[in-house]
Amino acid sequence: MEIITSLGDGVLQALQPFNLGLAFLGVVVGLFVGAMPGLGSVNGVAILLPFTFVIQDISGSATAPMIFLAAIYYGAMYGGAISSITLGIPGASTAVATTFDGRPLALAGKADKALITAALASFIGGTVANMLFTGFAPALASIALDFGNPEIFALMLLAFATFIGLGGDDIPKTIFSIAFGLVLATVGFDIVSGEPRLIFFDITEFSHGIRFLVLAIGVYGIGEMIWTINTSQDNITMTEAKLGVSTVLREIKAFPKAWKGTAIGSALGFFVGILPAAGATPGSLMSYGVAKMLSRNPERFGKGDVDGIAAPEAANNSASSGAMLPMMTLGIPGSPTTAVLLAGMVIWGLQPGPLLFSEQPDFVWPLIGSFYVSNVIALAVNLACIPVFLWMLRMPFTILAPLIFVLSIVGTYAAYQNTFDVWLMVMFGLGAYFLRILDYPLAPAVLAIVLGPIAEPKLRQSLLLSDGDFSIFLTRPIAGPITVLAIILILLPLVKLIYRKLRG
Amino acid sequence: MRRAELVTAVLLGLLSIYLMWEAGEGPSWDPDSVRFANIGMIEDEGPGSGFWPFWLALVMLASCIWTGVNWWRRKTPASRSSVPFLTPHARAMLFQVGGSLIVFMGLTHVLGYYGAMFLFLIYYLRFLGRHSLGRTLSIAAGVPVFSFFFFDVAMRIVLPKGYLEPLFIPLYDIFL
Amino acid sequence: MSIMTFGKNTLLGAAAVAISTAFVPAQAFEPIKPIDFVIMAGQGGGADKMARLMQSIVEKENLAPRPLVPTNKPGGTGAEALVHMNSASDPDHTIMVTLNSFFTTPLRQPGLKVDILEFAPVGRMAEDTFLLWVHKDTGITSFEQFLAEAKKRGRGWVMGGTGKNSEDNIITDHLNNAYGLKIKYIPYKGGGAVAKDLAGQQITSSVNNPSEALGFYEAGNVVPLVAFTDEWLPMFPDVPTLKELGGDFSYFMQRAVVGAPGMSDAALAYYTALFDKVYKSDAWQKYKSSKSLMGDYLAGDGLKDYWKVQRDRHTKILKASGAIK
Repeated sequence: MEIITSLGDGVLQALQPFNLGLAFLGVVVGLFVGAMPGLGSVNGVAILLPFTFVIQDISGSATAPMIFLAAIYYGAMYGGAISSITLGIPGASTAVATTFDGRPLALAGKADKALITAALASFIGGTVANMLFTGFAPALASIALDFGNPEIFALMLLAFATFIGLGGDDIPKTIFSIAFGLVLATVGFDIVSGEPRLIFFDITEFSHGIRFLVLAIGVYGIGEMIWTINTSQDNITMTEAKLGVSTVLREIKAFPKAWKGTAIGSALGFFVGILPAAGATPGSLMSYGVAKMLSRNPERFGKGDVDGIAAPEAANNSASSGAMLPMMTLGIPGSPTTAVLLAGMVIWGLQPGPLLFSEQPDFVWPLIGSFYVSNVIALAVNLACIPVFLWMLRMPFTILAPLIFVLSIVGTYAAYQNTFDVWLMVMFGLGAYFLRILDYPLAPAVLAIVLGPIAEPKLRQSLLLSDGDFSIFLTRPIAGPITVLAIILILLPLVKLIYRKLRG
Repeated sequence: MRRAELVTAVLLGLLSIYLMWEAGEGPSWDPDSVRFANIGMIEDEGPGSGFWPFWLALVMLASCIWTGVNWWRRKTPASRSSVPFLTPHARAMLFQVGGSLIVFMGLTHVLGYYGAMFLFLIYYLRFLGRHSLGRTLSIAAGVPVFSFFFFDVAMRIVLPKGYLEPLFIPLYDIFL
Repeated sequence: MSIMTFGKNTLLGAAAVAISTAFVPAQAFEPIKPIDFVIMAGQGGGADKMARLMQSIVEKENLAPRPLVPTNKPGGTGAEALVHMNSASDPDHTIMVTLNSFFTTPLRQPGLKVDILEFAPVGRMAEDTFLLWVHKDTGITSFEQFLAEAKKRGRGWVMGGTGKNSEDNIITDHLNNAYGLKIKYIPYKGGGAVAKDLAGQQITSSVNNPSEALGFYEAGNVVPLVAFTDEWLPMFPDVPTLKELGGDFSYFMQRAVVGAPGMSDAALAYYTALFDKVYKSDAWQKYKSSKSLMGDYLAGDGLKDYWKVQRDRHTKILKASGAIK
């Protein structure tokens, strides 16, 4: 009960005009930054960090600046879905999975449905995560500590297993795509041996690796876009939706159809989020994979299924709340954004770690309260802005297309501040166009380049620990069951195939 | 399409072999290292630095060969199709759109992102989109101005300006 | 691409010179455009935290007429950042926050053709310290007990650290060589992950910086055994230095700001003065003491001499461990 009173006090504090104003401002900033292709919450938070010094001076506490930054984090999670759906370019790495079904829905003239589903799923995901956070923070922190290298690798294996069904009908082309993504993921610096590898033609820019957004924006912003231009011969109307209060209400009423995806995303996203490995991106991708696996009509995924939007969107919001948990209770960032938030807390003179909850309740509870408040604000702002996003879609395609190209190029630059990466993005895009014509599925490559950089070092760190003995993944109490489950999921389609062949 | 399917599989197969070759490269500080020394399991340590990329590139190669077999047996839609890989319309479109993106990127080195963006938008809106001159110019000028305020001023992400940098110095004076 | 950049450099440089000579006397340099503030490491690491704190101090105290724009270039343990600095189009507006990879990366990757002595010595802001940490459940409270236990377990004693052939690795190698141990070293991506895995007992010890392990130390999860410094650390009065225990070894991490090669003397003087102000600010001093950082402000030739000493030392260390030839 003590928790409830603390939380109540926290919410009241978060509702004070100054804090509320900051939360509102943060959400709006986050929404914009998140909706801009290439930029995600990490950019918004990093850029406004110096500004928080000023806020701290005005308010005299570390809570207000943190509320502001956390609100940006939330807003950006909502915002990422907007460009994924309306423009077909992932607004941020966390929103890639949202393009898989959001884009087809928008092309079918149902962008309003997609946007509203995304907003509501985000809200539920965020709120569920906040409740779990409030209730079980210390217990969950100890779970995070139990996840060492072998456990994280087993989890990544499980994530791969859930993607088996994501490829196309052409098995060798799907395998090619996965393997290609995994090889690209190893380009750059190998932390285990301390050596650079796959530095093609000795170009030093390869030493930072092939960044995930470079491939994703290339594939979706350039390749997919040229393909759409060619196949549609310019006769394309993106949306017919006329938006009024009644449409919004209708779509809100239709939302419960996406309950399954929302539930999966909320739970899985939070769980992956609290493990200090990578944050919201793997969480949202895994949720998409699992939602497809558990769906009664998996064949509808990738063609505009609402569960396919709800799962990743619920997950990325849920994971972003989840990632706050190891940051605050262990002082360990679970994602790039929380790493910057952590830097912020240090700058404001706080020491995140196991003692934060007991020693700084004046900081912790208003912040948690603000998570709930920001989430409500983000939902309201997002729903209110939907007509603006739809207006963008009503632009003639010959205006929208060049704007998407410009956004892809500038967005990639802004994400990494490196012109070489932008060249690479354009080259990937043109290559992706050719492969698209020949039915090579590219989503698996995009997923592989997210998980590869986590999985490979974890595999090798684990094997260093076990002197090269692979049984470490089976004998440890947490890693073991996860590995077994992953292997079963990987083998299942194969067994089915053989069974079918045998029966004739 | 049938020919393109095979040509692509062969090209991607060659790419796989190149990746395998690169994966085996030793560290640059050690001139005595042997290529492919790092692709196996190191005793008591597990896989070497080239293990993951090398064997996965081999998987890539194998799947390209598989695609080749499917091509020969005419099992995939693409390997049966007599539709040309790129229709004349598609080829023209690719040339105009894809080509303009490469020119855009080339121009960023000379005129910076804002200058290149301006020219690209004029080209695309006016010549591909056939929009009126007024609309073309207002969008082509509006987008860089908006971007400048969004990226350089608000987000403090300074986009390269190329030779146009001196023009921006007074703007830095006012806004930064 | 490199040819084009080169052409642009000369012309841009000429334009910048033309403008700066036209409006301000050459002696008093002031930045006329946003300053490219390169961070040699990824977001959220120790170097990044410090860089963002410096940026915040400059903004808050209004010390510079143009903003510092931080860009993270972690690629190849700083290789990417070093090359970026080496080919900077406008060295007068390009500065970088460095750590010890500033010394080791050019040695490990000779192909980069980077000579660190060409960089402009703006100022050393601090030296970070290292301590040896174990989990409290091991029951070990002194360095002697650690040596006995580590010797007993051999390869079963596991040290986690940030990166291969990095600062943490160098200290581990020293312990192994000087005390006849066989500690197994596992490289991680960042110090935070190491601290977490020590708290979760996934590894048996670490040589984290105080800033990385502080949270778990205050909560009583981890115990510091020995400091790799020359003097006692005020924050850890009960922890002896290795030198007191008879070892002839101390090791620090430089936290310095450097200018791109080719930076003009006027610009160097400007940045040295700027970071001197940052160093003297309350916020920096507070940060420095609360994270147990050592080292005074060091600039100009003094900093360059420090680099020479450090480079020679790291050449020896890396040769001894077989990380270079």
